[in-house]
Amino acid sequence: MTTVVEHVACPFCGCLCDDLTVEAEGTEIRKVRLACSSGRGIFMDYDPRPRRPLVDGREVEWDEAVAEAAKILSAADSPLIYGLSSSASEAQRKAVALADRIGAVIDSTSSVCHGPAGLAMQAVGEPTCTLGEVRDRADLLVFWGCNPDASHLRHFPRFSLTAKGALTPNGRADRTVYVVDVRPTGSSKKADHFLQVDVGSDFEVLTTLRLLVRGLEPSVDTVGGVPVTQLKELVERMKSCRYGVAFMGMGLTMASARQLNVAELFTLVAELNEFAKFSVIPMRGHGNVTGADQVLTWTSGYPFAVSFARGYPQFSPGEFSAVDMLARRAADAAVILASDPGAHFPAAAAAQLERIPTIVLDHGPSVVASHARVLFPTAAYGVDAAGTAYRMDNVPIPLKRVISTGRVSDEEILDRIIEAVA
Amino acid sequence: MMLGILGGRIYDPQNGKDGEVGDIWVKDGRIVAADEVDRERAEVVDAAGLVVMPGGVDIHAHIAGGEVNSGRKLRPEDHRGHERARSGNLRAGAGGTVPSTHLTGYLYSELGYTTVMQASAAPLVVRHTHEELEDVPNLDKGAFIVMGNNHFVMQCIADKQPQKARDYVAWLLGASRGYAIKIVNPGGVENWKWGKNVAELDDEVIGYGVTPRQIVQTLAAIADELGLPHSVHIHGINLGRHTSARTTVEMIAALDGHRAHLCHLQFLSYGAGRGHVHKSEAAAVAAAVNANPGVTVDIGQVIFGNATTMTCDGPLQYGLHRTTGHKWINDDVEGESGGGIVPVTYKPGNPINGTMWLTGMELFLLIDDPWRVFLSTDHPNAGPFTSYPQVIRLLVDRDYRREMFESLHPRARKGALLPELDREYSLGEIAVITRAGPARALGLEHKGHLGVGADGDIAVYEECADKEAMFARPRYVYKGGELVARDGVVVADVTGRTFSVAPEYDTGIEAELRAYFKKAYTVSFDNYSVLAGHGPATEIVACG
Repeated sequence: MTTVVEHVACPFCGCLCDDLTVEAEGTEIRKVRLACSSGRGIFMDYDPRPRRPLVDGREVEWDEAVAEAAKILSAADSPLIYGLSSSASEAQRKAVALADRIGAVIDSTSSVCHGPAGLAMQAVGEPTCTLGEVRDRADLLVFWGCNPDASHLRHFPRFSLTAKGALTPNGRADRTVYVVDVRPTGSSKKADHFLQVDVGSDFEVLTTLRLLVRGLEPSVDTVGGVPVTQLKELVERMKSCRYGVAFMGMGLTMASARQLNVAELFTLVAELNEFAKFSVIPMRGHGNVTGADQVLTWTSGYPFAVSFARGYPQFSPGEFSAVDMLARRAADAAVILASDPGAHFPAAAAAQLERIPTIVLDHGPSVVASHARVLFPTAAYGVDAAGTAYRMDNVPIPLKRVISTGRVSDEEILDRIIEAVA
Repeated sequence: MMLGILGGRIYDPQNGKDGEVGDIWVKDGRIVAADEVDRERAEVVDAAGLVVMPGGVDIHAHIAGGEVNSGRKLRPEDHRGHERARSGNLRAGAGGTVPSTHLTGYLYSELGYTTVMQASAAPLVVRHTHEELEDVPNLDKGAFIVMGNNHFVMQCIADKQPQKARDYVAWLLGASRGYAIKIVNPGGVENWKWGKNVAELDDEVIGYGVTPRQIVQTLAAIADELGLPHSVHIHGINLGRHTSARTTVEMIAALDGHRAHLCHLQFLSYGAGRGHVHKSEAAAVAAAVNANPGVTVDIGQVIFGNATTMTCDGPLQYGLHRTTGHKWINDDVEGESGGGIVPVTYKPGNPINGTMWLTGMELFLLIDDPWRVFLSTDHPNAGPFTSYPQVIRLLVDRDYRREMFESLHPRARKGALLPELDREYSLGEIAVITRAGPARALGLEHKGHLGVGADGDIAVYEECADKEAMFARPRYVYKGGELVARDGVVVADVTGRTFSVAPEYDTGIEAELRAYFKKAYTVSFDNYSVLAGHGPATEIVACG
């Protein structure tokens, strides 16, 4: 039987494009319309076969796997719950409930991507807007340390570079576009102006822009490899635009100075509002990493790197962030939810994950799943499980179940584990 | 489940009880007549000497959704020292002025409150509000939907199509599972997207040619025509400015007899004073309220200490950022709204803060009918809801009020009307402004009273001379007949309900909206309504 589902949201990246059409024959997805190549893969490469949980690589019944997971967590002194960002908010809420119940440390992939943007926000605030405001109003775009041309493939046509909106009926022609990065990228080739910054010099360049906005004169001709004349030109455009938007990525958060870079950009954007309307949007990666921040914040007060070990929430990035918990060998068991720190973490942290018992919930294969003590094969939100995800601009989008495979969602498994450890 | 609260002094103004000794019986979560209960099987509480009131009803607080959560994330410094450890089935939490969701529910229980309305939600992001409301236990809730800067509404007004606006509003309330129409700085938030604001009721909204006056009149009329249980809920123009009292009085006149609730009125009752310090114009504003029986208000009383300001009023928040230098969040929401967040600290020694404090007090004391003035701190804008007991003491105890007045900066005190106002609220009047009045204004017939058929939401207090201590530590609090707090400490986590409305409309408008969404939104029409996907389970309150 052929089913056609319209207005499907793609769970791949923080754009959460919700205009896809997915055609399936039973549990086989046959066609996906409007998705980018990354999003297409989510649907077309999905293996819908139901699988049973594994304990030490051995297929077991669900009850046994849940009991084993509960046993591991009950025996642990310092359990860690990590991942969250490719799950739905419904499951993220359960993950925090579990952390609260067992006194765990809980952290999301935020701590290794846009965590510093969160710290910058806590330090200086963040003037922002939804992506529709960008499409409808923005006549000046500045992409800093990000490359949506490769990472967020429909960002340009749907929201930013070429998108047509109420005050931007001609799309690209109605906008001036800057890219600031340490090397030329696909995005910089599509920009009107590319400012190539020396590696590690973003902060100096941003500070100089703030200085120029205030009408002060730097005593040098070049900052961070960029001629001051070019920075002056950018400042003039920023001060005189109708609605400016800066997008920032991991080129700022994961370069040296991290949150200081981002705080400098956020402050620049705030200060520009004296002259022109200006907003900034962090270019969030994983489909629901924004939701992970939101859920952790409303349940604990803090966006990531939260410990419930003392019974109440404590926030300490660098201490309760997953990489640090593992590298310090401070975690003695882990629940990994829909992410692969085995592949992406520094060696010392990844090695600890092989030493301690892990409970992995994932819909596909991963490095961390390959040596899990308990592996729960789950449904994928947006494919065979429904839920809620938050777009990079904090707009919540419903994820649909486009095929019915009988696979179990993260939410249901976490619920059973919570029950079993109670 | 059956419960009897016996021999207490009952303050139930809706049913004319002002401290009479009597019994309250609860069965299956509702208040019932004594003969409906099998006394042998009922749990019985001896309330002799204790004060029995309906559970508190908060008509205006920011407890869940986008602006609240951004405020939480922004303020780790506000959470530290305000942590709560998990205990049994009770969740851990943190937050002083912006507590985490579960802790919010617990803290309200610990004051005897059982119903709280979320003051604002932009429909584009109201799915988030509902997700958080599900995580706020021990309270029944509802969300007000902001429409005062909505493009579709403004276009209908510009096109002189009030009928279409009405169908749209009805559709939007249903699609967002909202409870009431909220207006925030009508037109001013849209103009802020151009870096501007509105200052007069007849200023133009850029791009639409409509005015704040037209927006307010249109939406107030729609609320009445649809028979919504709550009137239009208005945060007016010029909030915080020295022109606010004048435009508030003009706005009341512009209502043309339609019902309206004016929220956190204190912030909108200032006139020009000397040397950049506003003065209170509470007398003029209170006179306008007294003369218009269709108007209800809540005060937004300033509490000295830390607060987190958060409103959809983007230009106001930017102004606060520029004035205080504190960190600032702004969030423009496509086609609908905007907003901002700035942390503040109110100090008695600051002449402006002092004026704000006494403006709120004067409004409380000059508005004659307690059924039309309700207690709020516009949580967490003027202070956290946990300070309600202090506000109660200020209202019932003029010596305490005078003492606090004396601590204000001399420039705030100079020429103030407050020292002349000797009025003290009675316990019965406190029950009106914290329970019966807001429930009636919200059209929640099962709330705010203890008559047969009402929800079993009950707060039992031990009366003492210090009314702040009394209201800060209820002996027993019941939500739907279940004990949720005892001796001022939460003891249970029960799931609350969310109320919403679903007024009727001509469904023909949906085809036009589908086309409109294609160009106006970055979210598909079919995914916009919270009914798509994991919609919230709400209880529909009837219109009419």
